[in-house]
Formats: sequence, structure tokens, C-alpha cells
Amino acid sequence: MLELIVISTLNGVLFGMLLFLLSSGLTVIFSMMGVLNFAHASFYMLGAFFGYQLTKWIGFWPALIFAPLLVSLIGMAVERYGLRQTHKHGHVAELLLTFGLAFAIEQVVQMIWGKLPMDYRVPAILDFPAFTIFSTNYPAYKMFMLLISVAIFIALLVTLKRTRVGLIVQAALTHPNMVAHLGHNVGRVFMLVFGVGTALAAVAGVIAGPALVTQSDMAALLGPILFVVIVVGGLGSLPGAFVASLLIGLIQTFAVSMNGSLASLFGPLDPSIGPSLLTDIWNVTIAQIAPILPYVLLVLVLIVRPMGLMGTRES
Amino acid sequence: MTDVTSQAPSPAQSGPAQSLGFYAIWAVCILGVILLPLIFTSGGSHTTFSLIGIAIIFALSYNILLGQTGLLSFGHAVYYGLGGFLAVHGMNAIVAHELPVPLPFVPLIGGFAGLVFALVIGWVSTQRAGTVFAMISLGVGELVASSSLILRSFFGGEAGITTNRTDLPTIFGLSFGPQIQVYYLIAFWLVISAIGMYALTRTPLGRMCNAVRDNPERVQFIGYDPHVVRYLAFCFAGFFAGIAGALAAINFEIANAAYLGAVQSGVVLFAAFIGGVSYFFGPILGAIVVTMLQLELADITSVWQLYFGIIFIGIVMFAPGGIASLLMMHRPLLRAGTLPMVLPSYLIAIVPTLLFACGVILGIEVLGAYSQGSADSTTIRLFRIPFEAASPMTWLAAVVLTIGGFFVARMTWRGIAGAWDRAAMAARERGYLS
Amino acid sequence: MTTAIEMRAVEKKFGNVRIIQDLNLTVGKGERHAIIGPNGAGKSTTFNLISGHITPTSGEINLNGDPIAGLRPFEINRRGLSRSFQVTNVFAKMTVWENIRCAVLWATGHRYAFWKNVDSLPEVRRRTAEILEDIHLTERRDVPAGLLTYAEQRELEIGITIAGGANVIMLDEPTAGMSNTETERAVALIRRLTEGRTLVIVEHDMSVVFGLADRISVLVYGNIIASGTPEEIRGNPKVKEAYLGEEEH
Ligand SMILES: Nc1ncnc2c1ncn2[C@@H]1O[C@H](COP(=O)(O)OP(=O)(O)OP(=O)(O)O)[C@@H](O)[C@H]1O
Ligand SMILES: [Mg+2]
Repeated sequence: MLELIVISTLNGVLFGMLLFLLSSGLTVIFSMMGVLNFAHASFYMLGAFFGYQLTKWIGFWPALIFAPLLVSLIGMAVERYGLRQTHKHGHVAELLLTFGLAFAIEQVVQMIWGKLPMDYRVPAILDFPAFTIFSTNYPAYKMFMLLISVAIFIALLVTLKRTRVGLIVQAALTHPNMVAHLGHNVGRVFMLVFGVGTALAAVAGVIAGPALVTQSDMAALLGPILFVVIVVGGLGSLPGAFVASLLIGLIQTFAVSMNGSLASLFGPLDPSIGPSLLTDIWNVTIAQIAPILPYVLLVLVLIVRPMGLMGTRES
Repeated sequence: MTDVTSQAPSPAQSGPAQSLGFYAIWAVCILGVILLPLIFTSGGSHTTFSLIGIAIIFALSYNILLGQTGLLSFGHAVYYGLGGFLAVHGMNAIVAHELPVPLPFVPLIGGFAGLVFALVIGWVSTQRAGTVFAMISLGVGELVASSSLILRSFFGGEAGITTNRTDLPTIFGLSFGPQIQVYYLIAFWLVISAIGMYALTRTPLGRMCNAVRDNPERVQFIGYDPHVVRYLAFCFAGFFAGIAGALAAINFEIANAAYLGAVQSGVVLFAAFIGGVSYFFGPILGAIVVTMLQLELADITSVWQLYFGIIFIGIVMFAPGGIASLLMMHRPLLRAGTLPMVLPSYLIAIVPTLLFACGVILGIEVLGAYSQGSADSTTIRLFRIPFEAASPMTWLAAVVLTIGGFFVARMTWRGIAGAWDRAAMAARERGYLS
Repeated sequence: MTTAIEMRAVEKKFGNVRIIQDLNLTVGKGERHAIIGPNGAGKSTTFNLISGHITPTSGEINLNGDPIAGLRPFEINRRGLSRSFQVTNVFAKMTVWENIRCAVLWATGHRYAFWKNVDSLPEVRRRTAEILEDIHLTERRDVPAGLLTYAEQRELEIGITIAGGANVIMLDEPTAGMSNTETERAVALIRRLTEGRTLVIVEHDMSVVFGLADRISVLVYGNIIASGTPEEIRGNPKVKEAYLGEEEH
């Protein structure tokens, strides 16, 4: 039991940090431009696939640098030639543009790499158990992932607190309406923010690729969870995104490792009842409902506290 | 968030001549619905028409939200799907208990299923509009879709649940075995639903939906609760989506998890938006186009969904009013008689634009063939011309066509813009454009 | 009962900033009451408080004797209070006709009706046409509100406000930004349309204020420093010092 708790906590924090790599960019982009970037998880997927392909060609470590750079170039192009063009048609159009983009990127990835999972392996030097806890070997690669995400987290924090762009971003987070008055270089700031946001997503993709599954549906699976994170955390709140990322990371990981059900708690139902909605609910394990937990959380939070855990504005 | 969705729809101003034209359009459309399957008599086209009919009802129901009330939903398939599932369960129950309910009434089961779920879910999700509504609709959509795989006894797991429409009591001697009979059943509900949804836009509630879409704040100061307006609109949308879902269930004799999934929600959004949400008939056009694309493109190319996505992106970026707005733009010119001023520029533009499109298509197909390149062949056929995907010449052709075509085409597009300005100016002088 | 609006010890804070403090205001029934005061004094905030746009931090607000603090704007509107906005706030994508008609619907009892054809409601049609005639926009009835000239939009704003037939009308700087002739026309319009109703008006143009108002309240730093007839206000030294003195009116 203790073993399960320790391992799940580690995995949960890891998943949470990965989520934060994505949700931080998404939050900042939303606050500054008012666009909920539907394609954010697609950039994460592109990161994973570029990482896979570049690892094959030039090795994992260069790939870790170049894949995010490539993705951020694509991201900046999307901002410059897509969003800016669409801006005059309003936020719905911008949201729909990213929605269409997410769809198109998935199709392109499928066209090039097919629908099957990629054989994206952990690099050899990181392919050993970092430590053994109780009887479980904890892989070094996961510790590496944790390290990278924490490092980026710290770098982000420093950038936000210490640099000019960081100050602008912070100002945008608290006073979203003021961004328009930043002056003539606002376009450049947007492009930069979009580039950095997508690069962060891509880093998450490159390092998560070998540990999770690199497959053309990975964006569609993660994307909605990402929205849950930023809505639960409070739209436009970075600390909220952080807390919600960890929360959802932990909830999901713990849920997956639990096999309890109402049946195991209270004993099986009378077999004469036969299959029905009741037996379905009675027998379903927590692990099985893990995928829907984030959405349950989302709906609950929106009912109880529509501005999210740490948000200040409602929409 | 409502800028796109609110280009003033022209209200039906009721002069006698105009109202005559108005009824004539409806009459022609209904006549078309009745006559089409008699003109195109193959079984395949009857199937196609049936699918289009269902898609139209669904897209129109979606537009009650997006176009009329300014609510962007990413989970509208929930009500379509639940309508479908309850229709199947209803049909099976009718057969099992030998109830005297013939098939044509089954869509009502779906409609009320959609309505009931919308009544329950809608109250919370319509509290707010904008981004929050969009996110809740997405969350609820994912929630229901995932739950459908857990609650197997009701949703039938991956396989879904089946039914047999011919087991129901017959009416007027119709068994609803042949596709043509199913088509007329769908057509009947299509006409009813379309008239119903149009009439809804002409009621006090329908007008207030538009007001809430344009300025929810101001609405509060003329006595209305925008939440209630959105909620009622949501319920109507759920009702008609349920009817569409039930018709789909009747048509396929099955309901499965795909009915209420994200893809289905996305398709209806595509359809409504491509058609144009600011006009009532926009989603009708969109549903026709999208269904045809789904059926036809899939035969021609394996990456048809990519083209779908590209078309959607193109519409969002360059014509956010959709096909309907593109068409309606020409109305004042037509009336003022200045349309001939723009037509030549269209003709000039069409050639380079087509070349550009060919370049893009060639590029996509070649890339697809190359990367999935099975050992046997990387040759693709485009417009009956064979291309060797591995050959640099093909790549070069694609690049030249795309880039060259784009730049030439862009010049001709500017020509269109210029011609438009002149035509609009002339129309304004004649008093046809404000 | 003779008071239409009564505010007692109303306070409003935004964050830690107290914008309205200990505000007391009484507007009698049928009275034309002007609120004047320097920019940023809290006049629009007072309007927002009365109309339910924002809720007071503390204090009492009564409409015709009933407490309304904390009610939603549409609830207050249904009790017979209607307001306009300082920044034009119309349904920009809908036509002038539709703008007014929407404002008429609730008052004529059609509410959320989805079983009636809006085009064949004679009462609605008649009242909409009447209001359009009143605000001189009949000619422009089919133009989207967003395409009107500024002065026309201001008139439409007034039209939407009075269309519901509310007994208490509140107008926030209805003539701001208008030319002299436009202002004159607007004042005549306001005078005619609010005949027999209670009017609360915020206005910077002193000739309008003194020409129109039965009573005037002076708001400075979120507090009413004086309230009385135009003569009383003219002669009030506190007002001269705090307001009239520092501006060139
Ligand atoms: N929602 C808000 N949040 C924070 N401060 C606000 C808010 N609304 C108004 N204020 C502040 O309250 C003060 C009063 O504003 P208000 O708009 O009521 O002034 P006003 O008297 O109408 O001025 P004007 O003549 O310019 O219209 C201003 O300093 C304004 O900045
Ligand atoms: Mg003001």
C-alpha cells in the first residue's frame, strides 16, 4: 500500500509537471491574446513526432533541442499568418481556426507517420532503474523527465519575475485589457509568446514521447484534459494552472492504480438482478472511471466555483 | 466572442411581394425534397439523400446555438447521440412489449430524450456564454462519451446496440424496409423540423436569442434574463438534435458510441460554419456540402479529412460568414445590376487559383504516398495523370504550382477586390447598399 | 408614497477603493432629477448601483418603497426602472427596428414566448413604430444599429430605454458628444418622452441641467454634497467651491 502511494505520487507529480509545461503556455497565450488555443496539444504531439524522427536521424539530445525549435517556428508562423489574419473576425473565429488546425495537424501526422504507435525509445544512457523502492524499480528516464520539467518551471519563474517580456506577460495576466495598449511591438510580443508556448509544449512532447505512447491520437486524448486544467485552475491564472496540473496529474495516476469498486466495497449484487445500469455502476472500478474523473472535476468546479480554483475573472 | 456569428441576418420584412417570394422558396425546397429521389433513383443516392437530410436537421439545431444565440458548443453530439440511443431502446421496447407505436413517431422519442438531457445539463452550462460555455460543452461531451463506454448495459460498449425498424407496427402499409421509405420518413421530419426551427427564429424568444448573442449585458436592462434565453435556446437545440439522432438510429438500425463523440460534435460544427451561421439556410448548405465531401472525397483520397480541415481553415480565415454569406454578398449587386462588373475578375482569378489548389493537392498526395510508401508502388494518380511520388520532378512541380500559383492568384484576388469596390460603389449610388 | 428612488447610506468599494461613500439620495415621483459632478465622481457608478448592474457593499436602495439592492438588473427593470448607458450600448448587428422591438417585448407581456409570431403582434408593432417616430428614426428602421451616426445611436439608446414604458427613466449623459442643435433636439425629446414619469439624468452641460431639472444633486468624490432646486444649488457655496468654481461653466 505504501509502495503504491509513493510510486503513484511520483508518477502523479511527473504527469502533473508535464501538464503544467503545456498548460502554462496555454494560459499565457489565453491571457494575452484572448485565444483558447485548441491546437496546443497538437504542438505537443508534433514535438513528440519530431523528437522521434530527429532522434532517428541525429540522436536524442540534439532532437531535444531542435524539435522544440522547429515546432516553435511552426507556432510562430501560425500566429503571424493565421491568428493575426483571423483576429479581425473575432474570438470565435480565432478559436475555430485553432480547432481546424488541431484537426489538420492530426491528419498530417497520420498521413506521414500512420496511425500506429511509434517505436520511440528511451535513450540508452537513461535506460536503467534510478532507484528501487520496496520492490519496484523506478526508471531513471522518469527522473530525467521530472528534472527537465522542474528546470523549465524554475526558468519560467525567473523569466517572469526578472525580464521585461516577463513583466509584460505578468501585466497581461492581471490586466488582460491593457495588452492592446502596449504599443507598436505588441505583434512581436504575441509572436514570441506563441513561439515560447508552443516550444514548451513541444519539449513536453519530446520527453514524454518515449515514456508514454507516441501516436497520432495523443493530441486528441490530451487536449481536452488540458482545457480542464486551465478552467479548473482559473482561466488566466498561472498559479491556478500549476495547482490544477498537479491535482489532475495526481488524481488520474491514483485512480488508474486503484481497482476498488462498489462491488469490492459492499460485496457483489444479487446475481438475479441481471445486467443493468445498476450493475454497471456497481462493478465499475476506479481505474476504469479514471478517464472521466477530470471532466467530473471540471463540471463540479464550474458549478461550485465558476471562476476556477484561483481565477479572478469568470470568462 | 460573438463577432463572427452576428452579421445582421436580414429580417423578413413583410411586404406582400417579398412574402410571396418567401413562401415560393420554401415551396420549391419542399418540392425538391419530395422529387429528388424520383429523379435520382439509385439506392446509393437514396442513402446519400437520407444522410443529408439527417445532417441538415442536426446542423440547423446546432445553429440555434451558434448562429442564433452566439453559443459555441463543442459537445452538441451528446444530444444527437442520446436521442439515437433512446430511439433504439424505444424501438426495442415497442417491439418487446408490442406497443402500438409505428416507426414515424420514433423520432419524437429521440427529440424528447435530447430535450430532457438538455433541460438537465443546460441549466448549468448556459449560466455563462463565451469561452466558459464552450469549455463546459467540451467537458460534458467528453464526460458522456467516456461514460458511454462504462455503462455497457445501456450503451452496448464498443459495439453499440442494434434494432430492427421493420419489426415495428406498420402504418399505411409501410414496412420501412426499403431505403426510399426511410428517406421519406426522414424527409417528413426534415420539413417539419426546418419549418419549426425557422418559425422559432421569428418568435419573441428567437428575437431575444439574437439580442443575447449581440449584447447580453444590455438585454438585462430591457427585462430579460440572458441565462434563461440561452437555456431555452439550448433546450430547443437539444430537442432537434435528438430528432436527428433518432433518424440516424432508424436509418442505420444501430446506435453506438461514435454518435455522441467528439468527432460527431466537430462535424456538425464544421457543417454549420462552412455553410454560414449568420443565415438560416447556411447550415443547410453546409450540411449538404460536408456530407457530400464525407461520402465523395473518401472514395477518391485516403487523406480526405485533411482536405476537410484545410477547407474549414480557409473558410474561417477568409470567409468567416461561410458559403451563405459569400452568396448573399452578391444580392445587392444583383439587385443594382452591377454584378457584371465583378464577374470578369472572377473568371480571371479562377485559373491561377485552380493551379494553386492543384499544387497544394499534388503536394499533399505526393507527401502522403511518399511517407506511407509501401514497397510495391509510390505512383499516385491525380486527375488520371500518374505521378511518381519518389521523383524530384514531381516534388518540384508541386512546389512551383503551389508557390507560383499562390502569387499569381493573389494578384488576381486583388483584382477581385478592386472590381468589388467599384461594383459596390455603383450599387450604393443606385441606393441598393447602405 | 411619493419617493421613486431612495438611497440610504450606500457604500461601494472596488477592491479597497471606496468609490461611493455614505450616499443618500431621494428622488420624488414625477420629478426630473439631475445628478451633476466632476469626472470620476461616481455618477455612473450610482446609476450602476440603482439599476442592479453592481451591488452595493452596504446600504439600502429602494424603488417605489421596495428594497432593490442585490436584485438582478432584469428584476429591477421589471419593477419599472429603465436606464441608458453613457457609452452607447445597443444591439449593434440588429436593425433599428429590431432594437426597439426587443425593448418592447417584455413590457408587452410576451416574455420568452416561443409560440407567437413576433411579426404579427399588433401591440408590439404599434409601440415600436411609435417609439421610432418619437426618436426620429423611422426612416432608418432597417439600418443595423452599428451603422448609425453617433447622434442617431444616442437617440436609439434613449429609445431603447423608454421603449419598455418604465416609470423611472435614468439617462447617463444622453447628450454627450452631440452638437448644439442635436442637443436641443435631444432635450426636447427627453422632455416630451418623460412627461409624467420620473427622470434621473446625469449631464455635464449646465444649460441642459438647469433648463430641464426640477431638482439637482451634486456628487463629489462619491458623496452627495448638496441636493435642491436649481436656485438652491446655484446659490450653494459648497457647490460653488467644490464643483462650479473649478470648472468653467
Ligand atoms: N468596475 C470598476 N472597478 C474599479 N473602479 C471603478 C469601476 N467602475 C468605476 N470605477 C471608478 O470609480 C470612479 C467613478 O467612476 P464613474 O464612472 O462612476 O464616474 P462618473 O462620475 O460617471 O464620471 P464621468 O463624468 O467621467 O462619467 C472612477 O474613478 C472609476 O475609475
Ligand atoms: Mg459616467
